[in-house]
Amino acid sequence: MPSKPAGTLYRGKVGMWSWVLHRITGLAIFFFLLVHVLDTALVRFDAAAYDAVIGTYKTPIIGLAELGLVAAIVFHGLNGVRVILIDFWRKGVKYQNVMFWIVIVLAVILVGAFAPRHLIHVFHLG
Amino acid sequence: MSVVIEQPKSPRSRKGAKWEKWGWMYMRISGALLLVLIFWHLFSNLVMGDGISGIDFAFVAGKWASPSAKIIDGTMLWLALIHGTNGMRTIVNDYTEREVIRKTLIGALWAVCAALIILGTLVVTTFDPCIDPDAVNYLSQICK
Repeated sequence: MPSKPAGTLYRGKVGMWSWVLHRITGLAIFFFLLVHVLDTALVRFDAAAYDAVIGTYKTPIIGLAELGLVAAIVFHGLNGVRVILIDFWRKGVKYQNVMFWIVIVLAVILVGAFAPRHLIHVFHLG
Repeated sequence: MSVVIEQPKSPRSRKGAKWEKWGWMYMRISGALLLVLIFWHLFSNLVMGDGISGIDFAFVAGKWASPSAKIIDGTMLWLALIHGTNGMRTIVNDYTEREVIRKTLIGALWAVCAALIILGTLVVTTFDPCIDPDAVNYLSQICK
């Protein structure tokens, strides 16, 4: 039986999973951005059409999806800072692991603070 | 033609390396700026005021009454679309094997990027709150 490959600094660890998350969130944000530029473009042409389209953003399902979008943006942005620090800060590589967990904690705090505020608006609980 | 993977020992090819380096730099510089711009965008649109329930034509008209808000939104448009398209280019480079498909996909990405930048820039710079004065009460006084 071939033995399991020896662990590396990268595979299966924080370095790999932060890369996977960064890529998936970036991809999702990109596709939203395409839609978002198009929906916002309606303000140039037809106020009522813009209000109708933006109205779909206020429905429960899309409202919940927005929470996911915000979480994706928060992670991608904060992990981007981590990537910049790994590249430009002398001790960046040494602290990449702890920086990942700082990113996660900050993201949980920010999204945790945003979620109730947003859900109040989406579900008219205010 | 398939993608040629260089031997580890072969001399580093210079072709396109400088361009790639600027792309790499752009991701970090625009990323840092976008962190500030987009976090502010989310805070002012989804947290302040009535959040998502408050977004409509009147909200945009009110916001874009200020030239600085237009400049901020226009800057965000350019930075984000180029950042996102370059990120997608990296993904395409990673997962395509045939050169024709790779080039076609990257060509499509930049075409969409250019089209949306042109559209978005025109929308921000030529925005006219008077296209529908009846949509907002206060506009009927401004728009003659």
